[in-house]
Amino acid sequence: MASVHSTAEPDFRTKLQDWLPKLVLSPSVAAMVVFVYGFIVYTIYLSFTDSKMLPSYDWVGFKNYATLFGLSAWSTALVNLAVFASLYIVICMAIGLLLAIFLDQKIRGESVLRPIYLYPMALSFIVTGTAWKWFLDPGIGLEHTMQLWGWESFKFGWIKDRNMAIYTLVIAAVWQSSGFVMAMFLAGLRGIDNEMLKAAQIDGASNWQLYRRIVIPLLRPAFMSAFVILAHLAIKSYDLVIALTGGGPGRATELPATFMYSYTFTRNQMGVGAASAVIMLMGVAAVMVPYIYSELKEKK
Amino acid sequence: MKILAKAGVSALALTLALSAAAKAEDVEVLHWWTAGGEAAALNVLKENLAGQGIGWKDMPVAGGGGEAAMTALRARVTAGDPPTAVQMLGFDILDWAQQGEVLADLNEVAAAENWDAVIPAAIQKFSKPDGTWIAAPVNVHSTNWVWANKAMLDEMGIAEPTTWDEFIAALQKVKDSGKVALAHGGQPWQDATIFDSAVLATGGPELYTKAFIDLDPAALNSPEMVQAFDKMTQLRGFVDDNFSGRDWNLASAMVINNEAAFQIMGDWAKGEFLNAGKVPGTDFLCFRVPGTAGVVTFNSDEFVMFKQGDDAAKQAQNAMASAIESPEFQIAFNKVKGSVPARTDVPDTDFDDCGKKGMAQLKEASEKGTLLGSMAHGHANPAAVKNAIYDVVTAHFNGEYDSTQAAEELANAVEAAQ
Amino acid sequence: MAVATQDTAVRTGRITRTFIYVVLIFFACFYLLPFFIMMVNSVKPLPEITGGNMMALPKEPTIAPWLSAWSTAQIGVEATGLKPYFLNSILMVVPAVAISTVLGALNGYILTKWRFRGDTILFGLMLFSCFIPFQIVLIPMARILGILGLASTIPGLILVHVVYGIGFATLYFRNYYAAVPTELVRSAQIDGAGFFQIFWRIMLPLSGPITIVCIIWQFTNIWNDFLFGASFAGSNPPMTVALNNLVQSSTGVKEYNVHFAGAILAALPTLLVYIVAGRYFVRGLMAGSVKG
Repeated sequence: MASVHSTAEPDFRTKLQDWLPKLVLSPSVAAMVVFVYGFIVYTIYLSFTDSKMLPSYDWVGFKNYATLFGLSAWSTALVNLAVFASLYIVICMAIGLLLAIFLDQKIRGESVLRPIYLYPMALSFIVTGTAWKWFLDPGIGLEHTMQLWGWESFKFGWIKDRNMAIYTLVIAAVWQSSGFVMAMFLAGLRGIDNEMLKAAQIDGASNWQLYRRIVIPLLRPAFMSAFVILAHLAIKSYDLVIALTGGGPGRATELPATFMYSYTFTRNQMGVGAASAVIMLMGVAAVMVPYIYSELKEKK
Repeated sequence: MKILAKAGVSALALTLALSAAAKAEDVEVLHWWTAGGEAAALNVLKENLAGQGIGWKDMPVAGGGGEAAMTALRARVTAGDPPTAVQMLGFDILDWAQQGEVLADLNEVAAAENWDAVIPAAIQKFSKPDGTWIAAPVNVHSTNWVWANKAMLDEMGIAEPTTWDEFIAALQKVKDSGKVALAHGGQPWQDATIFDSAVLATGGPELYTKAFIDLDPAALNSPEMVQAFDKMTQLRGFVDDNFSGRDWNLASAMVINNEAAFQIMGDWAKGEFLNAGKVPGTDFLCFRVPGTAGVVTFNSDEFVMFKQGDDAAKQAQNAMASAIESPEFQIAFNKVKGSVPARTDVPDTDFDDCGKKGMAQLKEASEKGTLLGSMAHGHANPAAVKNAIYDVVTAHFNGEYDSTQAAEELANAVEAAQ
Repeated sequence: MAVATQDTAVRTGRITRTFIYVVLIFFACFYLLPFFIMMVNSVKPLPEITGGNMMALPKEPTIAPWLSAWSTAQIGVEATGLKPYFLNSILMVVPAVAISTVLGALNGYILTKWRFRGDTILFGLMLFSCFIPFQIVLIPMARILGILGLASTIPGLILVHVVYGIGFATLYFRNYYAAVPTELVRSAQIDGAGFFQIFWRIMLPLSGPITIVCIIWQFTNIWNDFLFGASFAGSNPPMTVALNNLVQSSTGVKEYNVHFAGAILAALPTLLVYIVAGRYFVRGLMAGSVKG
């Protein structure tokens, strides 16, 4: 994380050169202020109003928050997100790391395998949703096929089971992004200086020790980048739920993103929807701000 | 933030006048009849308008039975750039009507063409709230139909059931034979569709009206409502294990492919049967859910007209409204869609047996006052309440509540959503 | 930048290698499975799908569903297939990707080589902005597009995608440029080079790999977006909206074979980008974003 940076003011900077960078940066900053933070403030404001179908500006205080936390679907959504996000992030990283390490062993056909691992990231669930839904459906999918092939007792009906359906979301989500994580780790591995590994080998380290003691610690930046990208995908997971389960069975696979959308746009309770968005953003901030802070502090 | 804060609904009228909407002689149409036959049927309307020199800018947005389209609509209206006409259902129309100056006034066309007399009063409740025509109804779907595989019934010696108990007995007979008795897809709106019929079969139009339209807590948490939930439990016993999340048309396919005997579904299911080459009366039967005869629960697609800036656009809009209500379009469209015309004076000669039955029953129900808006399809109460009812019905159907608890939860959820 | 070698120093025995191949091939099957289901069913006649096994190979293969999805399927009132919507998507994706990548590169350059008080906080704020759920921005965004007169236009849609693409683009370039020695920039300054000259002559020639990463990321995200396309595109919707219209018919007959063919057609550009640029992708990641 060592970045080379000089704190000394170059003495030859003209005034123009001094403010040109800021001028070039300003459209992006302005866009960010309006379209991100402005909208966040606006959403916070809406969460204190009685907005229903369209925004309204009648102040109702914390009523929407009270309603929100009185809804069992909201607590389900929060618990689901915790379960989904943690499993999704951990499994993606595990598979990504495993595949990256294996693929890094001078594998024949790496150039064939790599795009196969990567391509799911290129597809949206609008495209793959139906295929996944079918595959997971016990009546026509994997269970049915296995039984046709003679494995009569094979059961795989998670998507129809209120307690297990959330895990099918994890499977599909891992399918989509673990290859991408693999690419990030592979890049990290390829960036490691081989001399260091050779030296450790001469000292008698086994492969296992080599990876555990040297390689994995060196991959820390890759872990961090993967974490940011996966966390962001987990929180925004919406298409996935709609395509696979539609939030069901019942409302067992509701996530905050689907909850927010449904209250804002289909249930005409925009105030409650905005309140849920605010809570979501606070959750994101609670996770991301310490991370961003530590990352940036280190770079100074 | 000041700009945003001021940009409330009140400002919409102003921006409407300023915005450069669709070209004057065009109509821009937002709808979710995006694929297959129904989209082709809508083309009849487009051709008709083209004949009058009116262009058609198509804005189809599919998804969730119009949910995605309603989201897009809100973006369009907030941007001050509403389409000319928007496909809409039930209480969504009334919600928009309450937003003040955003909708057009079709009274002139309606008066000239006598809509008041030919469109059922129950439908006028949506297309003409507060005495102003704001929408042109396209069709009437009715939702309390049973679709049955005739060959299977004949083979098992089952006659068309006329009472609830006969229906249950018939289902049991099919189940005993090892086939799936009731083809059903476990999605909230499908659960709610059969719940509409379960309530009607229990307490008739009185209970239905009190519970779903008046939202009377006493009716929602009543012994009769518990019975209605018991009927759901009964039906739950006749669906297969894989029902959860199944699309309705795959459920129809089960009946078509001799895997299941019955399906409770709206009349759009007919299209699936016809498309598979099945003939009504010969290959499959359509009849009202036993115990609900004489009552028709409906949902009606309407084109809601949004206020346009200049006169040429208004004229195009009026021409479109008039074309929608023309008997030619009503027949051409509804034949394909499986629904029946929104006006009751259209001849039924072009329709098949199920269509004829539906048209006669619609007229009869309309005259008797038993034409009721479907709760499941957003024609009995506002979206927030409807979804609250969905939550309870689906939770009960999936075994989270017993019937007594469900009735209690139903009353609570409805109250909380109001 | 460190000299990266393609080889690893780790040695493995024959049994281990067999095991590794088995694992790798197992995962390849796992990743290919949904694609297999889509391919197989896109070349079956409809009755074979609704009446049969979705994993089975087609008995009577047909390309009719592909032709239908491309040029004759009903999308809204027009029976045009997906063909015309490709152009809409391209008109939207190309400028949006180009603009956000350029802005990201400039921002990354400024934030690493022209540092000023508060730049870290600014970058932190930009990074956080990647996490805003898009559903909450719809209504206020619609309002602003209306005010700007960009509602229901492709430029409006481009603006939206650029705005929400800046965060990640800046993140990629900033991390990449952080590894470029500042001495290079400083000596160029001494030679009298200005802000843009340095960017043009020194930074850009080094930016190949990370530009590819950024373009791949932005291209797939923007191409696959549905929410903004459906809300802000008016009557020129992009591919995803058209595809959704094709597959989501509410009460009509569902032609699954056509749906699958359409889905693959709609995904072709992104698939192509990943397959063609995939090798550079790992290289780009290697050179930049995952290293400090």
